[in-house]
Amino acid sequence: MLKTLMLRLPALLALVALIAFAGPEVRAQQVNPTESSVQEDALMRALQSGEAVSGRISIPDARAGKIIKPDNKDWEAWHEGTVTTLNVVLLVGMLVLLAGFYLLRGRIRIPGGFSGRTIQRFNAVERFAHWLVAGTFIILALTGLNLLIGRAVVLPVLGESAFSTLSAWGKIAHNYLAWPYMIALAIVFVVWVLHNVPNKADVEWIKQGGGLLKDGAHPPAKKFNAGQKVVFWSVVLGGAALSFSGVMLLFPELAGSSATWQLYLVIHAIVAGILGAIILAHIYIGTLGMEGAFDAMGTGEVDENWAKANHSLWVEELKRRRPAAAPGKAAAGAPGKAAAPAA
Amino acid sequence: MARMKFLCDADRCVECQACVTACKNEHEVPWGINRRRVVTINDGLPGERSVSMACMHCTDAPCQAVCPVNAFYTTDDAVVLHSKDTCIGCGYCFYACPFGAPQFPRVGNFGTRGKMDKCTYCSGGPEADMSQAEYVKYGSNRLAEGKLPLCAEMCSTKALLAGDGDIIADIYRERVVTRGYGSGAWGWRTAYGETVSV
Repeated sequence: MLKTLMLRLPALLALVALIAFAGPEVRAQQVNPTESSVQEDALMRALQSGEAVSGRISIPDARAGKIIKPDNKDWEAWHEGTVTTLNVVLLVGMLVLLAGFYLLRGRIRIPGGFSGRTIQRFNAVERFAHWLVAGTFIILALTGLNLLIGRAVVLPVLGESAFSTLSAWGKIAHNYLAWPYMIALAIVFVVWVLHNVPNKADVEWIKQGGGLLKDGAHPPAKKFNAGQKVVFWSVVLGGAALSFSGVMLLFPELAGSSATWQLYLVIHAIVAGILGAIILAHIYIGTLGMEGAFDAMGTGEVDENWAKANHSLWVEELKRRRPAAAPGKAAAGAPGKAAAPAA
Repeated sequence: MARMKFLCDADRCVECQACVTACKNEHEVPWGINRRRVVTINDGLPGERSVSMACMHCTDAPCQAVCPVNAFYTTDDAVVLHSKDTCIGCGYCFYACPFGAPQFPRVGNFGTRGKMDKCTYCSGGPEADMSQAEYVKYGSNRLAEGKLPLCAEMCSTKALLAGDGDIIADIYRERVVTRGYGSGAWGWRTAYGETVSV
């Protein structure tokens, strides 16, 4: 025991001596306290876009080590500025456009009026998918829009407490209805994708402006005309973008850094604004804008004259396939079966 | 009225974490939330500095601008406070804040977060001053008692300063002139659009 201590003593002495003599040397090596690397200004200047001044932190949340992240203010400016303005311009602009169109063109009537005979246009599965996607989209759009402009529009009407409750429920609705929306979107895609492949008739349809501007003009079209195809692909592609960015927003861990989350929110809101404007036009032409159009998604049965005017090629196709069955509900007996091959 | 600010003198902070602990204790801050934290820059390297950071109570606060339900308000002392009754836990303020101040008590499915919690500059919330309801949601209201935030009040090296912006800037400026160096008033340019010129 003593022997080991004797052996170690010189080592201990050496260590003490080392510390004693090294003292001034260590002090001499000390960095200049004005060293630019520790000055906030210098660190901020050295920052790349999306970066933060960060260091070590002893609490378990590693992200708290980011001490100053100036870019977050840029996202705030984007969200409150560009994104909100763009949404308002798109939606209000479309409403003004539709109101103007209605005043100039009025309601588009069926040439020759209702014939009284109907053709099945959409079967139960198609209508179910349509209304599921439509119903969820409307709620998602309204609750999403509420987060952007609700406090300017709804808050003054409802008051703080009621508006907060509404928004909290809106958030829950938005988070949970996103799932049936995505499922319905997939069904819509599967059911209608083959009918929405662009073809030659679309070129002619677009050339004639879809017959929207001239009274009585009805360019030929198959089950879907070029305008409906635009709506279909907008819904599918826009919906896919919304679904992807939305899932990233729901699971921030998947999105990765906060900068990507911010980007997804900007994309989500802008795509939603564009799609919302397109859907406004779709709702207009499907209800107020065109006589007989709503029946297609209402009962699924459209008037023969409406079908002949708007989807002449589709009616001919039906006639070729089932001469006895289509058109004419009375003659068909089973209109569901008659339309099935086309659907 | 005073324009309240925080100023952390990084050349004095010794990373003792007393401000963090004092804050948690004073307000009985829930588990997992640190209204104040100490970050060490260049840890173990020459030029190591520690900075104590919390909500900076910004001028034109980004959290306030981005909140979809107007949960935030700025007091006469320029302290940025929020109402937990109004908050819907969307998390936007967290993504807008340059200082990582807003935090959420839980992370649930589909991004549910609970009510946001952040530094109140020891001045409670919208409830009646020093009421039990205020204490439960936001912690104590020292400003209403005529006291400054506890983190700064009990800082052993007086690195963390709280009070009127002009006064604490003067104190800091005097220190920098006396000792001949300073690493800047951390976060001031980001929070208030200004810096302490020495």
